[in-house]
Amino acid sequence: MIPLSADSVGKRYRSHWAVRDCTFALPEGKVIALVGPNGAGKSTLLRMAAGLVRPTAGELEVFGTPVRGGTHPDVSFLAQNRPLYSDLTVRETVRVAAAMNDRWSAERVQEVLGLQAGVDHGAKIRTLSAGTRTQVAIALALGRLPRLLLLDEPLSDLDPLARDETLRIIMAEVADRGTTVVMSSHLLADLREVCDHMLLVDEGRVQVDGDIEEVLARHRILVGPAADESAVAGTLVSATRTQRQATLLLKDSGPAPQGWTDAEPDLESLVMGYLRASRARSSAPRG
Amino acid sequence: MLTDVIEFRIDRHSGVSTYMQIVHQVEQAMRLGLLAPGDRLPSAREVVDATAVNPNTVLKAYRELEREGLVEGRRGLGTFVTKSLASEATAGDDAPLRKELARWMSLAREGGLVVEDVDALYSAVREEHYPVEERS
Repeated sequence: MIPLSADSVGKRYRSHWAVRDCTFALPEGKVIALVGPNGAGKSTLLRMAAGLVRPTAGELEVFGTPVRGGTHPDVSFLAQNRPLYSDLTVRETVRVAAAMNDRWSAERVQEVLGLQAGVDHGAKIRTLSAGTRTQVAIALALGRLPRLLLLDEPLSDLDPLARDETLRIIMAEVADRGTTVVMSSHLLADLREVCDHMLLVDEGRVQVDGDIEEVLARHRILVGPAADESAVAGTLVSATRTQRQATLLLKDSGPAPQGWTDAEPDLESLVMGYLRASRARSSAPRG
Repeated sequence: MLTDVIEFRIDRHSGVSTYMQIVHQVEQAMRLGLLAPGDRLPSAREVVDATAVNPNTVLKAYRELEREGLVEGRRGLGTFVTKSLASEATAGDDAPLRKELARWMSLAREGGLVVEDVDALYSAVREEHYPVEERS
């Protein structure tokens, strides 16, 4: 069953479309990287999937059920601002969360908190570092025993040790329960090692959607004489050019013509190529 | 059951995908005789605990090894090595070629060569004897 799908989803704030015409269906049991620069629409997309924001256009479905006015019971959402009551202790926070959720595993929460070295159960939330707050919020998210885990910038304020602990906890969740995970980040390097699927958004639109290895295998970077570009076959994603030389990112390209070098892109250059293309489109005069 | 037959070392900065690193490390362990038919590969969960990689990546690597006919997944039990890649020439610390290489390397060390010198010599000689175009 498809954990999360979107059909022509858009969200407009006043005259600005934060998300527009997004259509995708995420694969079950995978770890999905939701990547894009700041302001690309990642958080809006996640908040709509969690039922906290209503789309202006189109519809989202979670496990086949339309998302309307609330979080699906099988979904846990880690919001970017980690909303927790600052005057409660960690222990009290866990108790409140237990009372607020119908399906709840206190055992799972304790297990996750136990794996996080820095969390003092007696400390008030407001005394915690940003990283520790994130860790507590992740423990609560897992306490709902989700089948779909939506994490908005889960690693952004973690130190290297907490980052490693957190990734280990999330990956163990995938191994043990087959949970589908969507993690957003504006830093690709954060996610590339642990994700198998990518959803690249920019300017509110989906730019790339697919299995990372498959996406990479469909693209080539060709470098050759700028005067000779017409000899190259394939869909041009983006190009950088000097007076003599052209560097082309191509999708489904034919064989490289003589005089051109040909290589599979790494993830960074692929993402940069698509972002360059989406920027060029949005700054082009509209006819 | 032995769960620590081999442990994967994932280099996150090597530029080689995690999935290929796992495939290569299993193959290499098989060539060196560290993994023999009947041995169980670590479960995805065990690899996650040790390295924090994505369990789907581990399973994908095991599927590739299965496609190559080197291992077999048994439902509920794990993934087992079914083939031997080791030969007398490569397995064990006392394999003759290994001993000869070890002798060569200690000579290199005594001669004051640093690891980069050794790698450069080794790859140059390897290129002469195993040209890229002849490799399968």
